[in-house]
Amino acid sequence: MADQYPAVSLWGGFIASFRRDMLIAARHKAELTNPLVFFLIAVTLIPLGVSPEKSVLALLAPGIVWVMALLATLLSLDGLFRSDYDDGSLEQMLISPQSLYFTVMAKVLVHWLVSGLPVTLLAPLLGLMLSLPGEGYLPLLASLALGTASMSLIGAVGAALTVSLRKGGLLLSLIVMPLYIPVLIFGASAVQSAVQGGAVGMQLAVLGAFLALAIVLAPIAALGALRISTNG
Amino acid sequence: MAWQWFHRLGSPRWFYEKTTAWMPWLAALSIALLLTGAVWGLAFAPADFKQGNSYRIIYIHVPAAFLALAGYYIMAISGAVGLIWKMKLPFMVMKSAAPIGALLTFVSLVTGSIWGKPTWGTWWEWDARITSMLILFFLYLGMIALQQAFTHRDTSDKASAVLALVGMVNIPIIYKSVDWWNTLHQPATIKFTSKSTIDPSMLYPLLIMVIGFYAFYALVLLLNTRVEILRRESRTQWVSDLISATNKRA
Repeated sequence: MADQYPAVSLWGGFIASFRRDMLIAARHKAELTNPLVFFLIAVTLIPLGVSPEKSVLALLAPGIVWVMALLATLLSLDGLFRSDYDDGSLEQMLISPQSLYFTVMAKVLVHWLVSGLPVTLLAPLLGLMLSLPGEGYLPLLASLALGTASMSLIGAVGAALTVSLRKGGLLLSLIVMPLYIPVLIFGASAVQSAVQGGAVGMQLAVLGAFLALAIVLAPIAALGALRISTNG
Repeated sequence: MAWQWFHRLGSPRWFYEKTTAWMPWLAALSIALLLTGAVWGLAFAPADFKQGNSYRIIYIHVPAAFLALAGYYIMAISGAVGLIWKMKLPFMVMKSAAPIGALLTFVSLVTGSIWGKPTWGTWWEWDARITSMLILFFLYLGMIALQQAFTHRDTSDKASAVLALVGMVNIPIIYKSVDWWNTLHQPATIKFTSKSTIDPSMLYPLLIMVIGFYAFYALVLLLNTRVEILRRESRTQWVSDLISATNKRA
């Protein structure tokens, strides 16, 4: 049957699903801004709840920005496969002759571009509000760029596992959060170390290693989970 | 021929009937080991010259911590076996292992905390091992939550098997990260009691307790699995035969 359709290369399939998801994301702009607004509000709560003292905030800033970025990524995960599952296009993707690995990769890449990347770009502003010392900004950007990408990939597994559940959102957070801990440790530590005048190469290298590992393994686990979720 | 036992494992009924004979032996073994180890460790082993008698909680704490970690691997490996060979029984083992593992992790956290109070003067310390145990506890909780979320049993089994495998890949990474994080933040006030040499008079009861905990774990896991088998196979002929036979005997 396959010969009735023009053969689509791996790369072509990847580009096609990437463009489709980018288009969908561009048409739902409100969903893009929600994690960012959450990020902004949640960070604002810290000075109100802890202390507006500059010295206190500067000490806490690397950790707070990182934890809040983690939560913002987490909140946007539920929608990763949800609408495709609801309207049935996910099943079409699963039975298509295309490599599912690249379809999942395209989806995760789009997710990162519309959630992780904006969060990363917004982070220096929030660092400013929390009076993060000057040496911290570049490591903050670098560690968040690497870290949010890993978190999108790891989160895709959780999103795939819970996509068939009506109220999967909270459960998704429960199962994914423990898996985020290594990323958080090294990400926040990179910023902390830079602020204290130390080197950040090691932390960024480890974050890069996590990302490499996640690129290889996470889509495989996610597509296995998608197969399970759709035939249940 | 050599693989016959493996094929038989595909049948929950065969497993149930086979293990019926093991149960009393396993129960006797684990009770004997736990009693010997506990009495020896709590009453006869010498007191530690630094920590006095409070160190004796290791006779519960250490075996529970061992089994908490081993239990996750048992759970994940049975999940993998179920996914790969599409067998029913490993999923039942996996489902039964989750609450036991969570409970053991909780026990090791609580005993560690009770031990920490007289030794370090604090109930809670962000020490590497405590923190890793806490994260393991979260992993177990996520596993149980996912298992309970699905209405469809097949989906629930397979989805939680995938989660268990993802967790298994992550556990070494989490442990190493927490370890590294801890050496970075290690507060100066906490000094670990030297781990170097533990006297044989303290070690032997500990070893007996560890083996006893393994036996007890096997016993509880089998009991849970057998209940799960009966629950899932409750509509089959052999279970109703079994129940009517039991009723006749009573």
